[in-house]
Amino acid sequence: MQQLVLAAALLLADPSAGPTPLVSTAGTSYLTAVSIAADQPVKVSAVTGDYLYWQFPATAGQRPELAVDVALPAQGRTGDHAWTVEVFDGLRRRQACVGGEQSPVAETSATSVTLGCRLRQVRSWAEPWDGDPLPGTYYVRLSSTDLPEKDLGLPVEVSLKLTAPTGDTGADQGSLAAPLVPDNRPGKILTTPAPTVPAEPEEEYFAWVPDFSSRWIWTASGGVLAALAGLIGFSWTRRRRV
Amino acid sequence: MIHRKLSIVAAIGLIAVAVPGASPARADETTAEPPVVELVLDVSGSMKADDIDGETRMTVAKRAFNEVVDALPETTQLGIRVLGATYGGENKKQGCKDTQQIVAVGQVNRVAAKNAIATLKPTGFTPIGLALREAAKDLDGAGAARRIVLITDGEDTCTPPDPCDVARELAAQGTDLVVDTLGLAPDEKTRKQLVCISQATGGTYAAAQSEEELTDRIKQLVDRAALPPPVTPAEVKGAQDCATAPLLAAGVYTDRELIGEHRFYRVSVRDGDELRASASIALDRPLNRDYGVLIKAATVDGRELVRGVDAGSGRADVISAGLRWSGDEEPALAATSDICLIVSNSFASATAAGAPGMPVELSIGLVAASRTPDAPGLGSGFLLLLVLVIAGLIAGVLAGWLTRWWVAKWKEN
Repeated sequence: MQQLVLAAALLLADPSAGPTPLVSTAGTSYLTAVSIAADQPVKVSAVTGDYLYWQFPATAGQRPELAVDVALPAQGRTGDHAWTVEVFDGLRRRQACVGGEQSPVAETSATSVTLGCRLRQVRSWAEPWDGDPLPGTYYVRLSSTDLPEKDLGLPVEVSLKLTAPTGDTGADQGSLAAPLVPDNRPGKILTTPAPTVPAEPEEEYFAWVPDFSSRWIWTASGGVLAALAGLIGFSWTRRRRV
Repeated sequence: MIHRKLSIVAAIGLIAVAVPGASPARADETTAEPPVVELVLDVSGSMKADDIDGETRMTVAKRAFNEVVDALPETTQLGIRVLGATYGGENKKQGCKDTQQIVAVGQVNRVAAKNAIATLKPTGFTPIGLALREAAKDLDGAGAARRIVLITDGEDTCTPPDPCDVARELAAQGTDLVVDTLGLAPDEKTRKQLVCISQATGGTYAAAQSEEELTDRIKQLVDRAALPPPVTPAEVKGAQDCATAPLLAAGVYTDRELIGEHRFYRVSVRDGDELRASASIALDRPLNRDYGVLIKAATVDGRELVRGVDAGSGRADVISAGLRWSGDEEPALAATSDICLIVSNSFASATAAGAPGMPVELSIGLVAASRTPDAPGLGSGFLLLLVLVIAGLIAGVLAGWLTRWWVAKWKEN
């Protein structure tokens, strides 16, 4: 009932949020992380000390950004609470936040704490040994990292919003054969190597033609200029003859 | 000396919250089993204390339970276990065996569940450890993701065994068992014990000072239990060296690793495949402030190929690292031998370093290797224009001279 009222209030407050339903749960581990989408409102009741997990998909060129607001309990707090929002990629590798207040400390008197994290632009390809953000699943973990032991288990309200504006993809080369999405099936212990059939690469005609970008313009205008320069050079030799 | 600390430990087994509608996003051929929830309620003597909004803890707990039972989805399967509910005597030995399942695990029968709750009276001891053991037994074979919700107002009065050790031992016994704990107006000792129990099993702890908080929290826990994990990890036991390490297919695995231990696994990566592996270690016990985890891919004879590492400090539930390695990098190696994965940690604990080890979750993926992109086919920038213009100019001049020479020669002939 409370959640319905909350959802209604949110819808009234933000008409653009109409079609995206409110997410009112959070997972408690990587495996149970609750899926969210960009611009989808998330409002979750939890307690201090909880570890809350969400996951979202990202594609090349996006710059995902998280904005989190935690309403702190009015009573029962005895000291400062340090909060943190962390983002991990599909391989559970930590991703750096390049913007936003990732690990603020809420003073005892504060009524709420605001966290934020902006990721680097997701690249279309990276060397296997590289830690760049790649297309695939991303995990968000919100937790309080440091608080008086007495303050564990007090109720809080968490609201979270994800935005994923797309940046300029012109500089990126290459693409990932499969996005970094965890292979969630039960493992199997083998006695002999599995006879995996190598996946036939899809025959893509014109795959060698790069997507349209400013390079096309540079190269084509370079060709035109070169042709003009050729004509000029040719005319120099003729003029000398005359 | 048995004091009046007879908290009503009612071990209520809230059984199996199975919501098929809340299926994971990825529909694999192997659908995850529904999770099973066991609600364990403390009905010991201390629940008589009337310190929650002027009413006794028992009254409040009963009302909260009724409300939760009413709010449960139709598909929810519910079982309830109580502890300290029947034996009112002073004999500790007998009092510490006092735990019964009052509602068997199954689809929830609201009337029966409410009737069972209504008859509870704050009576006896608080054998939390035993109740947890029994609750785990109630849930045996009932599903993969098992959840116990323990609600108590006082610490265990039957130690040993320490309920925290019991929880860790139960969690180590096999498939996912999570204990969420709820303290009713808890004192410091109770809080520490409940935090320890939840930490040992990857569960959560919450304190309830009012009926509203209690109801809200139980509902939250039931809601979370209704979202089962998309996969039940397979159990595996990593070896101490690469030669004897188990050969793993793609998928998710669980293992246990002692502090400072190295665990070896093997994966067969072919030329044209890319190995993706991640390892997460749960911090299930009190640890020193700083810690780290390392996952390494190496050849069978020990040459390192790539590593993933992460470190942290302070409170955390899990720490993880991941790596990618492409078979295309060394086709000869990929063709002839397996790749070794080594998971190690740099934890330290002043109190609990021994067995069972800390829970490890290993996730392995094998996908097609990504091709390294060629140098760009197109150029950009003023340097490019300048080079092209100069090249064009030179070409034009050469073409002019050639033409002149050719015309002159043609005229001579």
